[in-house]
Amino acid sequence: MVTLTRTTVAGREKVRGRRHRGESLTKVLFVLPAVVAMVALFGYPVVKNLLMSLQDYGLKTFFTGVAPWVGLKNYSTVVTDKLFSDAMLNTALFTVGSIAFQFAIGLGLALFFHKKFPLSGLLRSLLLLPWLLPLIVSSATWRSILEQDNGILNRTLMKLHLIGDPVPWLNSPSVALIAVIGVNIWIGIPFNVTLLYSGLAEIPDELYEAGQLDGATGWRSFWYITWPNLRAVASVLLMLGVVYTIKVLDIILGLTGGGPANATQTLATQSYEKSFIDFKFGQGAALANILIVISFVFAIFYLRSTRRAIDE
Amino acid sequence: MRRTAYTVIGVLILCVMLFPVYWMVNASLQPSGNTLTAGFLPLNPTFSGYRRALDEQGGNLVTSMIIAAGTVVLSLAIATPCAYALSQFRSRWVSIGLLAILISQMIPGIVIANALYTAYERLGLLNSIPGLIVANCSSGIPFAILILRSFMLSLPPSLVEAARVDGAGLFRALVSIVLPISKNSLITAGLFSFLFSWSDFLFALTLTTKGGVRPVTLGIYQYLGTQVQNWNAVMATAVLSAVPAIVLLIAAQKYIAAGAIGGAVK
Repeated sequence: MVTLTRTTVAGREKVRGRRHRGESLTKVLFVLPAVVAMVALFGYPVVKNLLMSLQDYGLKTFFTGVAPWVGLKNYSTVVTDKLFSDAMLNTALFTVGSIAFQFAIGLGLALFFHKKFPLSGLLRSLLLLPWLLPLIVSSATWRSILEQDNGILNRTLMKLHLIGDPVPWLNSPSVALIAVIGVNIWIGIPFNVTLLYSGLAEIPDELYEAGQLDGATGWRSFWYITWPNLRAVASVLLMLGVVYTIKVLDIILGLTGGGPANATQTLATQSYEKSFIDFKFGQGAALANILIVISFVFAIFYLRSTRRAIDE
Repeated sequence: MRRTAYTVIGVLILCVMLFPVYWMVNASLQPSGNTLTAGFLPLNPTFSGYRRALDEQGGNLVTSMIIAAGTVVLSLAIATPCAYALSQFRSRWVSIGLLAILISQMIPGIVIANALYTAYERLGLLNSIPGLIVANCSSGIPFAILILRSFMLSLPPSLVEAARVDGAGLFRALVSIVLPISKNSLITAGLFSFLFSWSDFLFALTLTTKGGVRPVTLGIYQYLGTQVQNWNAVMATAVLSAVPAIVLLIAAQKYIAAGAIGGAVK
């Protein structure tokens, strides 16, 4: 262990002054690798996508090295594609549906686990498991559960006489999106529970005791004490939810691949298909950039709601 | 009495929530072919699914392991000094740096994949393990910086001060004083970097074009590609791919909540 040596204040200052120049260089060296990495992994891709979206960047570009500038043509192509409005709508439904239910169920479970009872902590940490699984593993598992003919869900529902015929969860354009949203809700619940629970734990007990004296119990105490104190965590959580859900790809590709009949196609899966299936990188980049703009609109709200947290 | 009732309800909630995880294990132990018609319990468990999974996906599991370990090492090596600097030095650049990290999280993975594909094509990094390690650092580095910085902020300044009065430079102070104390947060950041990289699907899908380098997530996806033939092999692979998550949950419970909350700032 290092012991504090007795040095006079003046002596310390002298040592510091001598070191000062060397240290500001060290400081730069400390941060430099991370700056380089962040620029290479985030800065460069954003600029590159912006440029690609203005170019006819296709398969032949890789052979000829030529990507002619086409102005906004890629944007007009993808926006006027008849799939675009569907993809927009699906993205909106997927995002809003996922987040609304993740949050509502997450809040319910967080309130439940906030009660003191034996094993509460253990059960709550086991609940995290779905969040830790690779998304493609969850997709594969749910695909087996939702399988139309022999999947366990249909077999159970039929045994209970809740449905007469097997529901084509992932094979029917009218149900597939609901099924995909359902799976994504399942994946998101643990994270919501964890954050909301930590938000609940921060609310001082005195508030409830004082509330009780004023006659605030049950719903009233939730409405007047819990909810206002949870709002900061909730707003961060909701914005995070949007930013993450809007770009989800693994779950949809694993469950339906965007099908059937494009029923589960979102902006993210469209962008992937344009770039990596059709090798129209310009169009894929244009779609991705639209996705970034939408994320940023929410990011502004997000940054405003977290600014206080960062400053602390 | 009421508390016991709560525990019972809690267990029921958990059973419902974890049913798919149970089903994955159950299906992996069922005989091949009739997996989906199988019952709720693997009454005649067979390991043929696992045998097949290890045969066909064993190499991919090793690939995933190497990539994830590489991501942990590279992410921590880059993030640790940066997190230390961001926690110790007062400068307006600190808040600019943190803002940049937050904004970076708004960027969809497909944007990174698009750009890296074209760059990797030129650099010859497609279908390579280093290529995937670097790509996976895009989730590891920002997360590690945030986790490590928030821990290092709580260190008393006198600690580093003392070392420096004794003549240690910033680098030595970091290595011999800060790092040993930050062990838990390094473990948290490392575990999550591992998990992010292990779960990566997007980069595996886009930055590999032929079979040479194939992480197990991509292996599962290819199983799912057409009509699934052998659900027990698919589910056995799924179970094997879930092992890091399960080990993480059991071994590192106390770090996970911290990680999840750190992830909120992410």
